[in-house]
Amino acid sequence: MDFSTINWEEMLEATIATLKMIAISGIFTIILGLPLGIVLYLWGKSNNVIIRVVYSVLSFVVNILRSVPFIILMVALIPFSKAIMGTSIGVLGTIPALVIGAAPFFARLVETALREVDRGIIEAAQGMGASTGQIVMRVLLPEARPGLLAGVTITVVTLVSYTAMSGMIGGGGLGDLAIRYGYYRYEKEVMLISVALMVILVQLLQMAGDRLVRHFTRK
Amino acid sequence: MIELKDITKVYGKGSKQATALSALSLSIKKGEIFGVIGHSGAGKSTLIRCINLLERPTAGEVWVDGVELTALSQGQLQEQRRKIGMIFQHFNLLSSATVYDNIAFPLRLIGAGRNEIEQKVKELLALVGLEEHWNKYPAQLSGGQKQRVGIARALASDPDVLLCDEATSALDPQTTDSILRLLMDINSKFHLTIVLITHEMHVIQSICDRVAVIHGGGIVEQGEVAEVFLKPKHEVTKEFIRSETQSDGPLRQAIDAVQPGYTKSVKITFLGQKTYGSTLSQVVQGTGVHFAILHGTISTIKDVPYGQLIVRFEGPEGAVEATLTELIAQGLDVEVIL
Repeated sequence: MDFSTINWEEMLEATIATLKMIAISGIFTIILGLPLGIVLYLWGKSNNVIIRVVYSVLSFVVNILRSVPFIILMVALIPFSKAIMGTSIGVLGTIPALVIGAAPFFARLVETALREVDRGIIEAAQGMGASTGQIVMRVLLPEARPGLLAGVTITVVTLVSYTAMSGMIGGGGLGDLAIRYGYYRYEKEVMLISVALMVILVQLLQMAGDRLVRHFTRK
Repeated sequence: MIELKDITKVYGKGSKQATALSALSLSIKKGEIFGVIGHSGAGKSTLIRCINLLERPTAGEVWVDGVELTALSQGQLQEQRRKIGMIFQHFNLLSSATVYDNIAFPLRLIGAGRNEIEQKVKELLALVGLEEHWNKYPAQLSGGQKQRVGIARALASDPDVLLCDEATSALDPQTTDSILRLLMDINSKFHLTIVLITHEMHVIQSICDRVAVIHGGGIVEQGEVAEVFLKPKHEVTKEFIRSETQSDGPLRQAIDAVQPGYTKSVKITFLGQKTYGSTLSQVVQGTGVHFAILHGTISTIKDVPYGQLIVRFEGPEGAVEATLTELIAQGLDVEVIL
């Protein structure tokens, strides 16, 4: 092993690119996935026939998006990324694929977390004359907060591995570095460092997430 | 105040149908504490949830304070529900909010101002005796304290009606009594109509003015608590009262034991001030009639004292009969057993 050949500047740039991808795609995943999860939760327990049909369709679409391997989804979305971001490579080019890959996954986690909220508390709020919107904002989201934060943590960690995979189609960041140097050029030192950085990143994210969950748990 | 008209509630569809309530009607007066007692599965939970339409009846009308709730749109119903407070067996507090925020919850729903909320919540904290605990989370409170928060929350929107869904069933006897006392205070202080459901006769006896016995989805008996409690008619009612008083095996033996001479066993019921009077000994004095007390209870129904004695009279036939007539004339309720 000879670590002296490593271009640390490039390593730093790649790390920043990875962090950028995770941050941007993470934010959009939450913006898209949270309402989707709430809607899945609300429609999933409706008695209305039309809403039940809509729920089934939506649920089916979410399941499809979740079952397509990310690498294939990524390739399939190249034209879409190009259309909305102007490019399909680099940090920006991978964002649409990351968000579309992670949002349905996150939505399911949101739905599950909301289902954990005690039925009795919702009933009490209904009894007090709360509207559905008030129940979502003032009961469901605050009560499910630890579960939602755990869901965000899992999703962000998943995004780390997704960003690494995006190196295959020309996305930037540490994954790209590991693939280009380590896989194509047999420079295993670069690959090793890149992977180590990602391991550290995942550990830090998980620790931060666990801490937040603990902070907001009142039971 | 509350009128339930021919309420029917059917759960499920087709062959899985289960009828929880069948054509049940009930009328509750303003300012009274009305108890509904029944075994689990009798439909009492469904009944109380039909009053604020947490359960929508399959058929029938629900009227509260002159408004037909069953005819309202969702938005109008939400408005009306604010006048109906509810407390629950498992309290149903927001675990993520403090005592203060839990009590403020109904006020925030209607967009009340910060000062108004603070004033109201402080009043309510004082009313339920939780001033020191305002900043705690429900998980840090005892069951009784949680129910006090529940009561304060239910009162925050100044309701006219308070629904109590097995509110004391998860509490120990001592805490139960303190919560019942609080409910009674609230009832007299705010002229609040209280509807409670329970499976404990003790709860009914302690605070209710009137009671209805529910069984198999219908009301089998109802009336003033003293009336129903002292002279139960339906088998289910008798069962509830027996479990509250005594097992009657040994008593039956004492009554049935053959005695020489003329005897008569009767159940004498005292109500109100007569409970503590000496009517019985005054009446038998000088008649040559003697008596043995086989069983006796002295207790209260809400605040009214009552006594129930099972007494065997012995003596000349005419004197015994005259004694019984005199007891009735004195205003006691006399029921001949044997």
